[in-house]
Amino acid sequence: MPITQYAALPLAQKLHAGELKIADVLDAYYAKIARSEFNCYTSLCKAFAYARAAEVQARLDAGEVRSPLAGVPIAVKDLICTKGIETTCASKMLAGFRPPYDATVIEKINAADLILLGKTNMDEFAMGSTTETSAYGPTKNPHNPAHVPGGSSGGSAAAVAACEAPIALGSDTGGSIRQPAGYCGVVGLKPTYGAVSRYGLIAYASSLDQIGPIARTAEDCAALFNIIKGDDERDGTCGAQTACDAHGARKVSGLRVGVPKEFFGEGLHPEVAAAVLAAKERLTAQGAVATEISLPMVAHAVPTYYIIACAEACSNLSRYDGIKYGHSSANAANLRETYIKSRSEGFGMEVKRRIMLGNFVLSSGYFEAYYKKALQAKRLIQQAYFDAFERCDVILGPVAPTTAPRLNESLSDPLKMYLSDIYTVAVNIAGLPGIALPCGKDAQGLPIGLQLIGRPFEEATLLEVGAALREDSGSVGH
Amino acid sequence: MTIDHELVRYLEALARIRLSEAERDAVEGDLQSIISYFDQLNALDTEGVEPLSHSFPAANVMREDVVRPSFSNEEILANAPEAQDGCFWVHRAVEG
Repeated sequence: MPITQYAALPLAQKLHAGELKIADVLDAYYAKIARSEFNCYTSLCKAFAYARAAEVQARLDAGEVRSPLAGVPIAVKDLICTKGIETTCASKMLAGFRPPYDATVIEKINAADLILLGKTNMDEFAMGSTTETSAYGPTKNPHNPAHVPGGSSGGSAAAVAACEAPIALGSDTGGSIRQPAGYCGVVGLKPTYGAVSRYGLIAYASSLDQIGPIARTAEDCAALFNIIKGDDERDGTCGAQTACDAHGARKVSGLRVGVPKEFFGEGLHPEVAAAVLAAKERLTAQGAVATEISLPMVAHAVPTYYIIACAEACSNLSRYDGIKYGHSSANAANLRETYIKSRSEGFGMEVKRRIMLGNFVLSSGYFEAYYKKALQAKRLIQQAYFDAFERCDVILGPVAPTTAPRLNESLSDPLKMYLSDIYTVAVNIAGLPGIALPCGKDAQGLPIGLQLIGRPFEEATLLEVGAALREDSGSVGH
Repeated sequence: MTIDHELVRYLEALARIRLSEAERDAVEGDLQSIISYFDQLNALDTEGVEPLSHSFPAANVMREDVVRPSFSNEEILANAPEAQDGCFWVHRAVEG
């Protein structure tokens, strides 16, 4: 089997058994990436990777295995700070930015002896659902390059699907791990808010952002989640509540699976509905108990999400002033022009639109009607999920209403693009964990994803049910 | 809620962003459709509902006030578009 076809844990076993050398694994991945037509990466860090590989190989040769994924290469979404390695958020605004520090998750994957391969493409500042708003050009779906990979973590999901990385980190503010994982036929976990430190994650909407793993199997996601989770004194919202490590497949016998009828209504493509319901049948055949539930609050999730996310974005992105780092206009005659011209030149259209929407919902006269209203809706949406979890252990539904759209079809109508986030955004609003799992393909051969939503800090349940549901992960291979 | 050119210009001023005329026309239409969509939240009864900022109860997180090394001047200025004499360079902020 070609080296790039191994999932992360099987690859680690080969490395730990001495059957493969890390440098050979890197050679194989960099060769594959060099031939790629998918544009998964914004930059590669080969010199860094080979230097790290030598260190880690010496430890493995001496029998020192620092984690179950020691020696495994990893791709990281380009909004997670990597010390001395360019971190751009796929924006002209941060071209050339080399962070002076590592994000906590980078410290953790380094301590676990994973090897950073490169930084992956994304929607600019994570604002988008297709990876088409990237200043580096769109990433293409490895299953069909005429289609988008989803977004915003489209580069990470496509890299894993195309065997250009065995495993990756993404971030999810309103579906940005789960939706591209669904469109690319891989597994993506959005952890509970507070399960993984956000220190060094370049902020979009701080109350919703979470870093999480994207991999070819639920077991690989569990292995990486176990490495990155845990409290961090540098992120006051990050707690130690995630109790148990996730392991392999569990018996789903007796598991109560809630199926919200609102997730299967108007707008859902029939092929997606059929594939998700077939997966539900596979769970019930293994002894799970499916229950229809009702979550009418989901109808309010998209406006609530975009109001909160844009409000926080306009505040977070006010730091880009053309002075301390990032793009600075060469044509500014005074301080005010430095701000205005640097921002107008550095940000793309979708980012500008969301900053302006955020300013609108926070501005005097509109704050109560929009922002405060959305925070009230947030409480009601979270309560609706908590009530649902009185009757079930996990909630099952689609990741997105359709499979991956074609390139160039989404950006012309931003509202339509926002509406496609219907099944994912409520999970961020409620702070819950969610996982996307592959569950078949449509007639065009594009992957279909299902989503499982869990109680706070019950990632292990999602990962273990995911492992139980395992089927062909949909990697397209060579 | 009707979005007009004047409101878009006001939001540009708040955002420290300047759009071209063509961009402004496009953004006006986009904001109109998006904010009209936001208005559907009006149908939701939130009378007496306390706004929720944090997903889970959050408390101040305290730590011991211990002196630790911080970044060097050089490390922080390495990303500055313009630096001079160990400082960020900016246009004069106060006329005089």
